[in-house]
Amino acid sequence: MSTTVIANRELELDAEGFLQKPEQWSEEIGVELARQVGIDPLTDRHWQVVRYMRDKYLQTGQAPSIRSLGKDSGVSTKELYQLFPKGPAKLAARIGGIPKPHGCI
Amino acid sequence: MSETIEKVSIIISKGSFEGIYPGLIMANGARMEGIEVNVFFTFFGMDAINVKHYEHLKVATVGNPGLHIPTMLGGLPGMSAFVTHQMEKKMAELDIPPVPEFITLIADSGAKLYACKASVDMFGLTREDFVEQLEGIITVGDFYGLAAGGQIIFT
Repeated sequence: MSTTVIANRELELDAEGFLQKPEQWSEEIGVELARQVGIDPLTDRHWQVVRYMRDKYLQTGQAPSIRSLGKDSGVSTKELYQLFPKGPAKLAARIGGIPKPHGCI
Repeated sequence: MSETIEKVSIIISKGSFEGIYPGLIMANGARMEGIEVNVFFTFFGMDAINVKHYEHLKVATVGNPGLHIPTMLGGLPGMSAFVTHQMEKKMAELDIPPVPEFITLIADSGAKLYACKASVDMFGLTREDFVEQLEGIITVGDFYGLAAGGQIIFT
């Protein structure tokens, strides 16, 4: 666990850089987190995935699987990997300020 | 984490339900981490990409000590279908897709799928027997060329 300051807010991060308290997140922070993982700019299509991940997590307490991300987010599996080449579920969770997804799928 | 895996090449050689899924889960999981993936289907593992077979894969209930079912029971008619059905139910709960959908998910994620030329020739198959996402039918030598610089996983 470490802390960092983004957009004048002190944030708690785990060892891999995921926000530990989703309520500390804001869109401004999302933009900066995206920049840290090499996604700049964050387009509307990125935002659609990030918001879907975050909303699902806040509703259910669990991050969606890559399968449901491809089916229900409105962004196809192929496009997900174009938007987030280093792993759509993992990166969208990190940018959206929720903990790292635990599922294997 | 100072060292990371950049590329894996996964060989799927067994044709049963439990022979195919582990390799597919490893392949999908690697793509989810942004790792480059090749999957090489050989021998009965080719059932995973064979459009005639990939919807009908069964768990082997005979000669499979891991199931803890006595061999005589495992051989009863319908036993393999029953155990397969139970396992499919459990997997659906975990959001693990059926094989045809899983193959599409993995291909769409950017993993490259290949069939083994020696096995294709041996079983008398052609390109038309396989899913459209198949990248090619390649030799073992080609496979090692593609795998160069990465890790190889045999299942």
